[in-house]
Amino acid sequence: MKKHAKNGNVAIIGIGQTSFSSHKEDQNQVEMVQEAVINALADAGLKIGDIDCIVHGNMELFEMQFAPDLWHSLGTGAYGKDEYRITTGGTTGATLVCAADNLVASGLYGTVLAIGMEKLQEGNTTGGITNMADPLWFRNLQTGALTGTTSDGACAMIFTSEEKVKQGTKNPPVWIRDHIQVHREETIPNLFGFNKPEMTHHCAARTLFARNGIQDPVAYFDVFEMYDPSAWWAVDWLREFFLLKGDEHLRMLEAGDFDLDGRIPINPSGGVIASNPIGATAMLRPAEAALQIRGDAGGHQIKKEVRHALASGFGGTFWTVLMILEKELNWQEVNHD
Amino acid sequence: MTMQEDHKDCFVLEGKMALPNQYFAGRLGSRFLIAIRDRKKIMGLKCNQCGKTFVPPREYCEKCWTKIADNWVELGTEGELVNFTVVRYGDRHLPKKPPYILGQIRLDGADTPLVHIVEGIDPREVESGIRVKAVFAAKTTNTIMDIDHFEPV
Ligand SMILES: [Zn+2]
Repeated sequence: MKKHAKNGNVAIIGIGQTSFSSHKEDQNQVEMVQEAVINALADAGLKIGDIDCIVHGNMELFEMQFAPDLWHSLGTGAYGKDEYRITTGGTTGATLVCAADNLVASGLYGTVLAIGMEKLQEGNTTGGITNMADPLWFRNLQTGALTGTTSDGACAMIFTSEEKVKQGTKNPPVWIRDHIQVHREETIPNLFGFNKPEMTHHCAARTLFARNGIQDPVAYFDVFEMYDPSAWWAVDWLREFFLLKGDEHLRMLEAGDFDLDGRIPINPSGGVIASNPIGATAMLRPAEAALQIRGDAGGHQIKKEVRHALASGFGGTFWTVLMILEKELNWQEVNHD
Repeated sequence: MTMQEDHKDCFVLEGKMALPNQYFAGRLGSRFLIAIRDRKKIMGLKCNQCGKTFVPPREYCEKCWTKIADNWVELGTEGELVNFTVVRYGDRHLPKKPPYILGQIRLDGADTPLVHIVEGIDPREVESGIRVKAVFAAKTTNTIMDIDHFEPV
């Protein structure tokens, strides 16, 4: 038995987005990135000088650019600061949040800005995705294709330590209680699989809920922002994420449990089927979940109070990110296996 | 001593990527190119806060993050060669036949240099500090190559 505890608590204190569109000819990449960064700084009431470290993410192969984090540095404000680059496919945005969470929790940095961006209009997404497959066993057997919509846009989020939150924040902090990443590259060509593997969503949910003592996730969470690139995937995925059995998820769907005024509203933001700027997409899930907790989601704010939110990321290849956001810093750490 | 790797009967899979892509110049970048194309003018964006003028144009002052997107100023088409290198190898993608000079030119009125090709002087004789002027291209491509090159004044 052990406790899964963070070295330090981490809060989301700033959220900024651009508009999402398939027509952003009016902005170059640097300008689009900077729009999100400026919005996040304004939301947090901070200046770029208050940021200790930048975490940048996109799928550089999609825009055909090398080292986009360096290219975008005027827009991200990374000049003269420490910076990391993250590229993990569809999960990039969620991985950015995990990385920022870890960087602040570790105590290495006080305040971290993460920026996810994509300009899918400019690049060659199918070419980029095809190159994800193993060239020896799999690449010439499959073709790559983006399964969702394609958009241009960026999202930026600012993370800070509990210590800094105590000095005051412009907007209420939203706490990152825990996050988990699960991936199974090897199951695509099933090279090493003797048994049917547990789905990554299920594995992530089972592990994350167990180590946080969450017995009944449907009852516990008030909203779920789920990375669901194609509408028909969501139904099966909800069964995995909420550890449901048989056709329980279908019964819940028919009962309206996933509606915006239901037991566990799914994707009040519109989700990935509404916009999919890859490097930002999986960041928009926790960003939108945090806005729901703050009560700042505007026209798509759900009516009941949101205290506990779940957010997921998904991408190639069978990669799931799942995170728990909290309104209050009052959860109990639990012992688990 | 040389190492001998045994690669007998080891296959190599050949790949070839051809991935068309675009880059959006944006509203500011496009305006900069249009001024060169239509008026033979080189424009910069000035931060009144810092007194710095940037070229190529950028939406925000990189020093103080003031929005400067509307504060266009006309720069000279002449300036100082503040740094350079000589390109000495040839390749299909290069714009000129080597050897040629790739310079950083600080135009009159600007605080940041513009990168471009310098012709009309022997690469063996070029020095930082010389005055150069823009020579505009006869035919537009709506790119930075609407300035064909710079040459000594
Ligand atoms: Zn300035």
